[in-house]
Formats: sequence, structure tokens, C-alpha cells
Amino acid sequence: MAVRFTTGDRVTVRDLEAEEGLRGHMRAPVYCRGMTGEIERLCGTFGNPETLAYGGDGQPAQPLYRVRFQQSQLWPDYTGPTRDSIEIEVYQHWLKAAQP
Amino acid sequence: MTQDHHAHHHDHSHDPIEAPDTSNSDTALLADALRLVLIEKGGFSAQDVQDQLTLMEGRSDRNGAAMIARAWVDADYKAALLANGKEAAKTLGHDTKGTPLVVLENTEDVHNVVVCTLCSCYPVTLLGPSPEWYKSKAYRGRVVRDPRSVLREFGTDIGNGREVRVHDSTADMRYMILPKRPPETDHLSEAELAALVTRNGLIGVTEL
Repeated sequence: MAVRFTTGDRVTVRDLEAEEGLRGHMRAPVYCRGMTGEIERLCGTFGNPETLAYGGDGQPAQPLYRVRFQQSQLWPDYTGPTRDSIEIEVYQHWLKAAQP
Repeated sequence: MTQDHHAHHHDHSHDPIEAPDTSNSDTALLADALRLVLIEKGGFSAQDVQDQLTLMEGRSDRNGAAMIARAWVDADYKAALLANGKEAAKTLGHDTKGTPLVVLENTEDVHNVVVCTLCSCYPVTLLGPSPEWYKSKAYRGRVVRDPRSVLREFGTDIGNGREVRVHDSTADMRYMILPKRPPETDHLSEAELAALVTRNGLIGVTEL
């Protein structure tokens, strides 16, 4: 699977459970779905855990990114400084370019 | 545990999130039964189990501590550690078995802390077996949405001038923190520096 994003790109996490009815083993935490963050780095390309978890081959392998989010966006009641952040590993097929 | 367990004064430190004893849980009993059946059927031997336990117990946070101490005294090693943790671990004789390691540096501007919200991913080779609290739902659920409160419970008060950055280990990376070198340690040897590095410091719930 070709690498689509690079460090600094703004991306939004898709919700494949809602959009495509995906069920079972998923690694994108619910709390970041629909949220927009910034690519911190490309980690490499790895087998897709959604099929690996069930004895599948994990193909096509997916680029994996670390995505940085602002805590205050994820949690409206966040009380810490607005610069506080969280970085989450998200596979490429869960990401789309953020609306400008 | 008695109701007033925490009412008395004590000066020892302990991890603030306590996990219940699960040794008699259904899951533990099921695991025991499964192990016995697999031994009986010849899947593996009791000795294999013991060997694996010995291997697990040999994994220690002293491995990670040695890497941190080296990074504090050797700028080239520090650069290599931050660029590629897995390879830097290997140069000190620690094989993470192909799993990439991301090392995150604590600075005057940023304090990093690690969690796995989905399960309990953890660099066992470098940090040893993970503590119970790391696997608890309380830690996993709370540190992502209220990290500063959780850090305070570990005695770690991060000023509002510093960013707190949580790292959720959800997939194929494993994480270790490069803590700030404690002040007034210029005279210490590398081994003495390594002795200052704690497991909790490598997870990022405490500073050194």
C-alpha cells in the first residue's frame, strides 16, 4: 500500500465501524475517531491487525503513522493547558486528509 | 484491606493505583486448566513453562536503565537512541525481537508518558514485566484524558508551562522514555547513573 501522508499533514481519523460496518479487532481507539490531528511520523508498513487477529495474512500491509492530537480537542472538558497533546498509532486506511 | 489502611501516616512510596488479586479469577483458573491440558497432550512440557518464566524474569528494567545512562554520557549514543531505539538497544546487547522501539526525550518543554489503552503493550525486554497498575483499566482509561491528575498521584507535578504528551501504544511500536538527567550528577559514573533510573521513570509516570 503506497504511503499517502507525510510528517506535518493534517489528517482525520475515519470510523470504519460506522462507515463500513467493520467489526471485530480494531486498533484505532474509539476516542480518536472523527478527530483531526497531525502526522508526527511514519513508523513503517505493517500487516493489518484486523485480519492478522483472525489468522489472516494481514495483506495488504498498511503504512502506520503516529498522529498527534490536542487533548483539548479530544476532551471538551480537558482542564490542562491547550498545548497538552496525545500521540496515537493509526494505520493509513483509518486516515483521510483533513478538510482545510 | 481495612478501611483505614490509607489513614495512617507512612513515608514509603507505593504505586497509587492498586489492582485486585486476580489469582482465583475465572480467567486465571481457565489459564491454569488450559496449561495443564496442553502439557498432558504434549503441546509443551512443564519444563518449557518454567524456562519461559525464567526468561521472562530475566528481562529487567536494568536493561533500559543502562541505555539511558549511556545516552546521558554519550551524545552520539543518545542521537542513535532517539533515531532508532531498536538498533540502539541491540548495540548494548538487547534484542527487542524485531519490535521497533520509539524513545521519547523529556525536556524542559515536554514531559512524555506512555500507556496502552487497548491492552498492555510494553517493551518487556527493556523494562521487565509490566506492573499491575499499567495493565489496570483505571490507569489506561484515566491517563489519556486526565494525565496531569494521574501523574500527580505518582508524585509528579508537571507545571503548566510544560506540555504533557501522552503516547498511546496502540499498534506496532513500543515506547521508552529518556528521562531528564537529575541535577548535580556530573560526578557519577555511568553505572551509578543507571542506578538512578527507575522503571516508573522509563514509563514516564515519574521524573528522576
